[in-house]
Amino acid sequence: MGATMIRLERVSKAFGAVRAVNDVTLEVGRAEFMALLGPSGCGKTTLLRLIAGFEAPDAGTVAIGERVVAGHGWIPPERRHVGMVFQDYALFPHLSVARNVGYGLPRRGRDTRVAEALELVGLAAHCHRYPHELSGGQQQRVALARALAPEPAVVLLDEPWSNIDPVLRSSMRDELAAILRATGVTVLLVTHEQEEALSLADRVALMCDGEVVQTGAPEEIYYGPATRWAAEFVGAANVLPGRLAGGLVDTLVGRFPAPNGGEPGDVEALVRPELLELALDPAGEGEVVRREFRGHDVFYRVRLPDGTTVCSQRPSNESIPLGARVALRPHAGRVALFH
Amino acid sequence: MVVALVCLPLAYLLVRVVDGGTDAWSVLGRERIAELVANTVLLVVLVTGAALVLGVPLAWLVTRTDLPGRRFWAVSAALPLVIPSYVAALVLLAAFGPRGFLQQVLEEPFGVERVPEIYGLPGAVLALTISTYPYVYLLAAAALRDLDPALEEASRSLGRSRVETFRRVTLPVLRPSLGAGALLVALYTLSDFGAVSLMQYSSLTRAIYVQYRSLFDRTPAAALALVLVVLTAIVLVLEHYARGRVRYHRRSPGTARPAPRVRLGPWRWPAVAFCAGVVGFALVLPLAVIVYWLERAVSLGRELGDVWGPAFNSLLASTLAAGVAVAAALPVAVLAVRYPARWTRALERLSYSSNALPGIVIALALVFFGANYAGFAYQTLGLLVFAYVVRFFPQAVASSHSALLRVDPRLEEAARGLGKSPRRAFATVTAPLVAPGLLAGAALVFLSTMKELPATLLLAPIGFDTLATEVWTATTVAAYSEAALPALLLIVFSAPFVYALTVRRGPEVDAPG
Repeated sequence: MGATMIRLERVSKAFGAVRAVNDVTLEVGRAEFMALLGPSGCGKTTLLRLIAGFEAPDAGTVAIGERVVAGHGWIPPERRHVGMVFQDYALFPHLSVARNVGYGLPRRGRDTRVAEALELVGLAAHCHRYPHELSGGQQQRVALARALAPEPAVVLLDEPWSNIDPVLRSSMRDELAAILRATGVTVLLVTHEQEEALSLADRVALMCDGEVVQTGAPEEIYYGPATRWAAEFVGAANVLPGRLAGGLVDTLVGRFPAPNGGEPGDVEALVRPELLELALDPAGEGEVVRREFRGHDVFYRVRLPDGTTVCSQRPSNESIPLGARVALRPHAGRVALFH
Repeated sequence: MVVALVCLPLAYLLVRVVDGGTDAWSVLGRERIAELVANTVLLVVLVTGAALVLGVPLAWLVTRTDLPGRRFWAVSAALPLVIPSYVAALVLLAAFGPRGFLQQVLEEPFGVERVPEIYGLPGAVLALTISTYPYVYLLAAAALRDLDPALEEASRSLGRSRVETFRRVTLPVLRPSLGAGALLVALYTLSDFGAVSLMQYSSLTRAIYVQYRSLFDRTPAAALALVLVVLTAIVLVLEHYARGRVRYHRRSPGTARPAPRVRLGPWRWPAVAFCAGVVGFALVLPLAVIVYWLERAVSLGRELGDVWGPAFNSLLASTLAAGVAVAAALPVAVLAVRYPARWTRALERLSYSSNALPGIVIALALVFFGANYAGFAYQTLGLLVFAYVVRFFPQAVASSHSALLRVDPRLEEAARGLGKSPRRAFATVTAPLVAPGLLAGAALVFLSTMKELPATLLLAPIGFDTLATEVWTATTVAAYSEAALPALLLIVFSAPFVYALTVRRGPEVDAPG
């Protein structure tokens, strides 16, 4: 990753009594693709706006590249060289596509650069259209071309897919991510969809109530969430009571190797549903009480003898009927412990 | 049927002028007409420009900055709408005219015996600007509040400063609203009769009136009226083309965050001074002058005249006009909204065309028509009310239209599905939902009728004085103190309507930010 591109140090921002961003420290590396993931209202968009310069922090410093842009002194948004793709794209309705893209460029070499940027997003043929004459996906690509045209070091994306038809969303997502990766720009993506964050980003920063609770690679966030809230936010989770002893944790559904030790005693263990294998067994300890067929996989709810239910996610080619007795076989894999 | 009646005046005028043949034009003389047109165009350009220059900065200050007391300014900047242009003109004459307050104040200590001439173009521009800039202000403020702040932020993040952003993004996006505001101002100025007459400025409307009064042959007046209609049409066409191909809707209203307010810093006080200057000149000065005249008239024990009769007449005529206009507009709007077809929409558009007909033109047409073909109606309250309805029909249609649009036809269907008959469904669902919009339309017509002057002058039955004609008669003989009470009553009657129609609905500046 190399050098740091965006550095936030102990940044806070309040709106009246609401602490939107609370003492956040975060670093994004050069050419890194980072996702800022959190539920709506957690302050992630405010954080983005602090970096872009649309808000000024109450405390802390913001640096882009080598330069401190807020905290000690103030660099206005127009001098930060940060590209931004807005949630509703914010295309200028009175300008054609080409003039939207060329808006942030010096007159010299503007036409060539506009052509390049539109080529990059595959909209060269639409340059004379107006924003309202384009589909949502095309508008989004124009917004991206406009943000990339001045060759910023950083691109900020604010929930860019929230207005796109869910059917098209995943292909749009791949397309946009590929374009961004090809340019080698540093990307900070704000999203509330865990799947989006996990699949696209090099690293994910998880935000809750104005604070960054955890940063890490997608796998780390998914399998090693720092808190129970994080575990449940990034995916379906079984959180089971367990006992930690001798580097192993015993749970109702089996014994797992414990991550990085910890004090022996009562713990809560996170077991992801896909780590629980089910086998038809008339003498098994579990009973399938609910079955959700979802195409590529099947989601089961299994009641254990003590009344708790756990969920299991299995490929849809192994079909187990509702009401069947099953044995649970924990898969080799990672569990996370919450003390 | 209704629309045909509304379009009648224009058709009649045309017939009349064609009948009159070329003599009408020769009576007037080409040069005279050219001069009148030039005067009128100059006036329209200056007033529209001045209204934009006042209205846009005011709108920006109250919506987008931390201007001290901005809620107060937001409301009071719209209130000069209650002052009819002829009252504004009267006040200006009283304050700055020969032997006006200004001169009296300056005479004692400085021996000033002449103040700069207020009659003519300067006075007319001032009076009309005072009474029209709120249109631009209100529309610009609404548009600024609707503007997605992300557009401006996108521009900033692309390396453009705040000033450049305003020039290259904010203003162009506001253009349709500013165009609509400028159109209203231009139409108002074109059709204004009171202010130009009092200021003795030779514009078309004044010339029409003079011709009408001075000659037995009224064809020249009709010819001039046609010229005025053509000018109005040109303004409408220009505005239509200026709007162009671009659409400016925000895609998802409601999702945008309120724009952060610009900190004025040391510019705060000049900004307040600007607002105070405009409001002081356009609202406080007129009220102060009127109250002063009134107070003086009372203290000198002068006869105030019978104002309650005219006041009653004004209320009566305005109520009738409002009721008839809304009743007539409803079917047109229902057709256009519920049964959209090319002809229903064309019908509706046709009914808007009388928007472009200045009151004096309508009045003139009805005078001819009444005198020649409908003697029984001539000089009756009925014809006067009819003129009002024709004049303000577009306002009634527009309000009914938007009121009906707000009622989803599925609501009525839902009521039917729940076992109500069509009539019950209409009465229990549609009617309550539409009623506020219709009332607003009626209020608008009522307000406009109260202030209307030229049609009232031409068409009112003998002895039927209204507040507007009272003000007019008093001012033509420079009896300012007699004009004070009717003028004040006009303002007092109009104020609640203006407040309800524009201020309360319009600039809600107190979005959290």
